[in-house]
Amino acid sequence: MARPWGGIRVEGVNKRFVHGGETIVALSSISFTADWGTWTTLIGPSGCGKTTLLRILAGLIPPDRGTVSIGDPQQMRRGTTAYLPQRDTLLSWRTALDNAILASEIARRPRAQARAEARELFAHFGLAGFEGHYPTQLSGGMRQRLALIRTFLAHRDVLLLDEPLGALDPLTRATLQDWLLSVWSELRKTILFVTHDVEEALLLSDRVLVLSERPASVQQDLVVELSRPRNRASVELAETKGRLLALLLGAR
Amino acid sequence: MKRWVDVAAPIVLLLVVFAIWETAVRWFDLPSYILPTPSRIVLAFFSHFVGLSQHAVVTFLEILLGFAIGGCAGFVLAIAVFYSPILERALYPLIIFSQMIPVFAIAPLLIVWMGYGLWPKATVAALIGFFPVVVNASDGLRAPTDESVELFRSLGATRWQIFWKLRLPASLPTLFSGLKVATTLSVVGATIGEWVGAHQGLGYLMLQSNALLRVDLVFAAILMLALLGLLLFGGLRIIERRMLRWRIPGREGE
Repeated sequence: MARPWGGIRVEGVNKRFVHGGETIVALSSISFTADWGTWTTLIGPSGCGKTTLLRILAGLIPPDRGTVSIGDPQQMRRGTTAYLPQRDTLLSWRTALDNAILASEIARRPRAQARAEARELFAHFGLAGFEGHYPTQLSGGMRQRLALIRTFLAHRDVLLLDEPLGALDPLTRATLQDWLLSVWSELRKTILFVTHDVEEALLLSDRVLVLSERPASVQQDLVVELSRPRNRASVELAETKGRLLALLLGAR
Repeated sequence: MKRWVDVAAPIVLLLVVFAIWETAVRWFDLPSYILPTPSRIVLAFFSHFVGLSQHAVVTFLEILLGFAIGGCAGFVLAIAVFYSPILERALYPLIIFSQMIPVFAIAPLLIVWMGYGLWPKATVAALIGFFPVVVNASDGLRAPTDESVELFRSLGATRWQIFWKLRLPASLPTLFSGLKVATTLSVVGATIGEWVGAHQGLGYLMLQSNALLRVDLVFAAILMLALLGLLLFGGLRIIERRMLRWRIPGREGE
């Protein structure tokens, strides 16, 4: 927050797709802002356009209308964000370590330095000893962690994480939530996070944006005022969860 | 234990087949110019080994050259077709059409155009060998998911980097499948090329021996040809294992 304000600013963004002769409106004048170093979670019914929004922010597709800016409003281009797609995108022919340094390699940074850096993160986050393993030799939780390490090693200020903890057993999920929080508080990234899990949203984020059914617009903007570190079993969390669930049901 | 069975099982089966063959020929008292016994074929193989080897060298060169040309052409075509929709529309029907023409029909023309040497045989081998490579490599280049491509693009990767670091490695498993099919087809192609017109090589030797009713030598040449095919196939598998180490399950840990 020592930076001049930039953050993420999304203003009146519209996006429609033509699919098989049918026009699908994915986003309908969606607007919000997020400050540097904060954790914002997008939650909403499945297929409501959350992924579309992340892809626009990642610079992969342009919005039909409206503007998106990250950091300096004059410079919106690819490469300012690190995007973690929803589906597994680890490269099966690369070892875990070489998967982790993909971003550095694409940016043509020295490989030895990138590897050393990655090794440190591996050790830090319980993947030490697995550097030479191929993705198929890793468990689901390890693969997710590896994909996250790869995202962090892109050295971008803004991370766009599309359901990074989906499809995991509850225990692994809880471990990874704690892990993500510790990394975030250490590295102070700006995170835009997509999840279906209300409890996860409340546990992790500073703010929760409830999106409506497609075409998505921001239905509710909820500041999570629970103090950190948060406790999964706390009464406050349970209460807020109840309120958020009611909001979500209303959004249908 | 498992490996031992892997090696022994086909050998045992082969020996059983040979034993049945041998007894059947002796039992029915078949003349050797109709069907020689396996023992006779083996005998012919070793007693004519030097001559066979000289012809084998010629044929192997044709096979290798044809395989190399067909493999490279197939892979380059696959890349061209993948990156250029116009080329795809123009080339794909022609590529398929080229496989509908029987090679036997064009082999004599190739002899007319290129003479009796190495080239017409290598060309026939390449003509039938490139097809499985094009088909398989095209599938491989298409293998990466949209998400993977978007991941690369979001990291600012150039088209060249997406090809080099994503599509090319992703296409290797199917490329190798195509190349493996191409090895066997190259053997067939070189042999056909020799049948149509040659003065050396195993295909030529087969025709000559057949005309002289030396069926045991025909079989010996077939055996040699099969060994050449196996040699090429085996060499390719070694390269494949080296390059696709990640596909070998449980290499580390687990």
